[in-house]
This record gives sequence, structure tokens and C-alpha cells, in this order.
Amino acid sequence: MLARLGHRLLAGLAVVLGVVTLTFLLLHLAPGDPIDIMLGPAATAEQRAAQRAALGLDRPLPAQFASWLGRFARGDWGSSIAKGRPVRALLGAAWRQTAWLVALSLALSYLIGLAIGAVQAARSGSRLDTLLSVSTVALFAMPGYWLGLMLVLVLTYWARLLPAFGTAGLDADYLRGASWLIDRARHLALPLATLTLIGIGGAARFARGAMLETLHQPFITTARAKGLKPRRVIGHHALRNALTPLVTMLGLSLPALFSGAVFVEAVFAWPGVGRVLVEAVKARDYPVVMAATAISAVLVVAGNMIADVLAAWVDPRVRSATP
Amino acid sequence: MKRLLRDRRGAFGFVVLLVVIVCAGAAPLVTNGDPVGQHDIVATRFIPPLSSDGHGVFHPLGTDRFGRDVWTRLVYGARISMGVGVLAVLISLVVGVVVGAVAGYARGPVSVALLGLTDFALAVPRVVLLLLLAALWQPSTALVVTVLGLTGWMGIARLVHGEVRSLAARPFVEGAVAVGARRLRILVRHILPNALTPVIVAAALGIGNAIVLEGGLSYLGLGVQAPTPSWGNMIASGGDTLVNAPWVATAPGVALVLVVIACTLLGDALRDALDPSTGQP
Repeated sequence: MLARLGHRLLAGLAVVLGVVTLTFLLLHLAPGDPIDIMLGPAATAEQRAAQRAALGLDRPLPAQFASWLGRFARGDWGSSIAKGRPVRALLGAAWRQTAWLVALSLALSYLIGLAIGAVQAARSGSRLDTLLSVSTVALFAMPGYWLGLMLVLVLTYWARLLPAFGTAGLDADYLRGASWLIDRARHLALPLATLTLIGIGGAARFARGAMLETLHQPFITTARAKGLKPRRVIGHHALRNALTPLVTMLGLSLPALFSGAVFVEAVFAWPGVGRVLVEAVKARDYPVVMAATAISAVLVVAGNMIADVLAAWVDPRVRSATP
Repeated sequence: MKRLLRDRRGAFGFVVLLVVIVCAGAAPLVTNGDPVGQHDIVATRFIPPLSSDGHGVFHPLGTDRFGRDVWTRLVYGARISMGVGVLAVLISLVVGVVVGAVAGYARGPVSVALLGLTDFALAVPRVVLLLLLAALWQPSTALVVTVLGLTGWMGIARLVHGEVRSLAARPFVEGAVAVGARRLRILVRHILPNALTPVIVAAALGIGNAIVLEGGLSYLGLGVQAPTPSWGNMIASGGDTLVNAPWVATAPGVALVLVVIACTLLGDALRDALDPSTGQP
């Protein structure tokens, strides 16, 4: 188990390193220069050269990359070129917002999706099954940026129930205790609902397939033949065995969920990594782009590893298998 | 084909896609013409669906903030969105099939290197790569197609690799080797045609996915640029006028969701129709 984990850790590290190298190359190969954006068209050649030297952008690429990597590993992530703030402060706040949103919606969508999939598999072929299939396919097909807008239209503009932008109200600094919590929850509701609804579509479709496959296996027939109640066969015997592919799927769906979060953050002005990344890429803000890419890669790789460990936890056969 | 259409999911997906493609193809015939022209903005903007403007022109889906007919833009947008989706998946198919086939049929370091590349590309968060590529170069429709194509081939490569691996050990391939056919000929003429079933299914699903991602990039301002209509940038500009004119963002979204549902159902139905081993679900 430990060897397996070490192996995964090394592979994950290699992926993160690869992503960072690729990002660095792309950033420097692409047309467009942060100096232009900082100084504007009126700057003289001397001013531009001075600024370039001050930021270390005049050195050869491998030297720039090596020094960036060294400083990044030591925890010195530099300052944003566009905003002047330290990158760590900028991203320190942002990654928590994204992780919070993604983790909550992942948990919710899998719990609800699993329940829907189990019900569908138990009543396979019925009208309820068809109805739920149609609904989950529709949810699965919804792009986050559009579903988000529609929820805003209905729940914010028409029903005037929930706020549509940011993480907290304008008066958040003066709120304490329960009212602070309610304010936060109200702001979280719409982005979370958008991501979760889409997630339910995928999770339920997959759960239904996994459950149906399990239900056709001989040990289920045995359980039924023993006279166990259908509820217990589904809930106890089938569900546990269908969990392994589901947990693996959970890790694999993390990149997709993160992608969805980028668009949902844009719709709801949610100050997460996705928003920081979009802004930084548009402004050619090299230090921020590098750090934000590294963090998203780490989040995705870490998610996959957690799923791997979870898969071993729910299925003893995986635990003893060699990597 | 018959089995596909007898399946309700397949029939639905087929009909929806057919309607969209016919409308997009016959765009000048089913609309009143110009998707980007702006005439009398003040008099014709924000006209609700199913009503006529001051000049007596009927707008089935209303108009946007520049007085442009939403139905016309929707139909012309279908050309762009569907075109981007199909072309992007074609690129993914070519790259994925080549990488997968070579990795599956070749042995030794070539295979290991290609598989490593595929696994690496799978672990990279796709949207991060999309954002980088789309933002760093001048946004354009061609760039969106290329970028979507080049970030979507890994799943297909994995599938083809697995199929080719298992097919290469079958007796009919040994027969071809015994007859003295060259390796490339065996791969292209004997193995690949037998490995295409899962690829077709993956392509059907991939088109829906590519259309959604094109919409997302256009939504962030990094995709198809105004005034050319794509469903994504129509949703984005409709999002700004959600209060005055909710129909501007609703219409392209509904179209997009319908097309993606159609692709998903068609993919599911294709898989069941082409693969006799999966029984009725």
C-alpha cells in the first residue's frame, strides 16, 4: 500500500512539473508582452528595457525557469506584475474558495447521484427510470455558464430570493454569528447549486450503469434466493460493490469539475483560482499564471490520489493488488 | 442504422441533429437574412419573442440589444457552433487514432513514450490548457477549433490503443502476417477498421463536449469573436441583458442543451446498436 502510494506520489509530482514547464514555454512562446500592458504604448525604449531588467525578463529562458522553480519550491512565489500584490496572498485566498466550492459540490452531487442511480437500477425499465434518465441526461448536457444564468434569472431577478454575485454581502463585515453564516450560505447557494446539478447528471448516469452491472452478478441472485428483502439487496449488497468504479470515477471527474468551476466562477464573480487565472492570462501576468496553473495541477493530481486511496478503502481487492 | 433508429434515444438524437443541420445549412431560407446587420437600433432592440417591430418585421424569438433578430443569429450561430464541434472532434480523431494505433501496434520505447504522453495529457486540467492557448494568441474561430482538437484526443487514443492491442493478437492478424503483408498495411487495412466502433461512440459524445467548451471559451471572451454569432457568445451577451431581455440568453442555451442531449443519446444508442454484447438496459 505504501509503495503504491509512493509510486503515485512520484507520478503526480512528474505531472505537476510537466504542466508547469509546458505553461512556462507557452507563456514565453506566445505573442504579447507584460511590459506592453504595464507601461502602455507611450513608454520609451529605455523605460521598457529598465522594467524588463528589473523583472528579470531579459535573462535567457532556461535561467528564468530554473530561478522561478527554485523560488517556487522555497515558497517565494513573487509578486503579481499587474497588481503588485504578492502572488501567495492573491492565490492563498482564491484556492480556498475554489476548493470549498468544488469539494462541497462533489460530495453533494455524488450522494444525490448515487441515490438516483440506485433507485433507477432497482426500478430498471419502469416509467420512473425513463423519467429520471431523461432528467439526468438533460442536466449532464447543461453548460455551467448557461445553467448559472438561468438560475440567476429565476431565483435572483424574478423570485428575488438569492444574491447572484460574490461570496458575501456588502455589509458582511458588520455581521456576526448566525447572520454572518446565513449571508455566506445565501451567496454560496447559486454557484453550488449550478455545479452540483450538473454533477448529479454525470454521477447518476454512471451510478445507474455500475448498479445494473452489479445487479446481474451471481452473488445478487444468491442474496435474493436467501430471501433477503429487496431493499437490503440493493442498499447493502449491490451498492457496496458498485462503489469501487464510482470512487474511481470520482477522482477522474475532478478535472471536469474544476473546469466547470472556472466558468461558474466567471458567472457568479466567485473569487476562486479560475477567476484569478482568467484575469492573469489576459494580462500576461507571468508569476500569477505560473502559480495558478501549478495549484490547479496540484488540486487535480491530489484529487486523483485521494480517489485512489478511497478506492482501496472501499474495496479490499484493490488494496492488496500491486500497482 | 435500422437498429439505431428503432431505439427511441437514437431516433430522437438523429432527428434533432438533422433538424439543426438542415436549418444551419439552409440558413438564408429559414431566416430573414443578415445575422450581424444593425438597422434602426432604438426602434428594434429588445423586442420580445413572437412579435413584430415597428417596420412590420416578425421576430419569432425577439431581438437583442442591437435590434438583431435572435432566431436569425441562432441559426447562423448553429453553423459556427456545430462546425467548431465537428472540426475539433475530427482533429481529435486523427491525432487520437494515430497515437493510439501506433502505441498499440508498436512495441518497446515508442509505445511507452506515446502512452506516457497520453497519460500526462489526460492529467493536465483541460480548461487550464484551453485558457492558456486561447488567451495567449489572438482569439479566432480557427484557434478555437485547433485548441479544442488538440486537447481532446487522449480518450480516443486510450480506446484505440486498447482495441488495437487485443486485435493484434487475433488469428486473422496472424494470417495477414503469414501471407506477408507489410506492418503498416496490416494496421491500416486489417486492424483499424475493426477497432472503430468505440471510436465512433466517443466521437459522438465528443462533439457535444466540444460545443459546450466552445461556448465556455466564447463566454469568457476567448472564443469566437463578435459580431460573428456562436451560441456561446450569444449566451454571454444575453447574460448582460438578462433583466431586460431574458430570451436573448435563453434561446441559444436551449439550442445548445438540445444538441448536446442529442449527441449523448445518439452516442448511447450507437454503442448499444454496434455492440451486440450489451443487452437492453
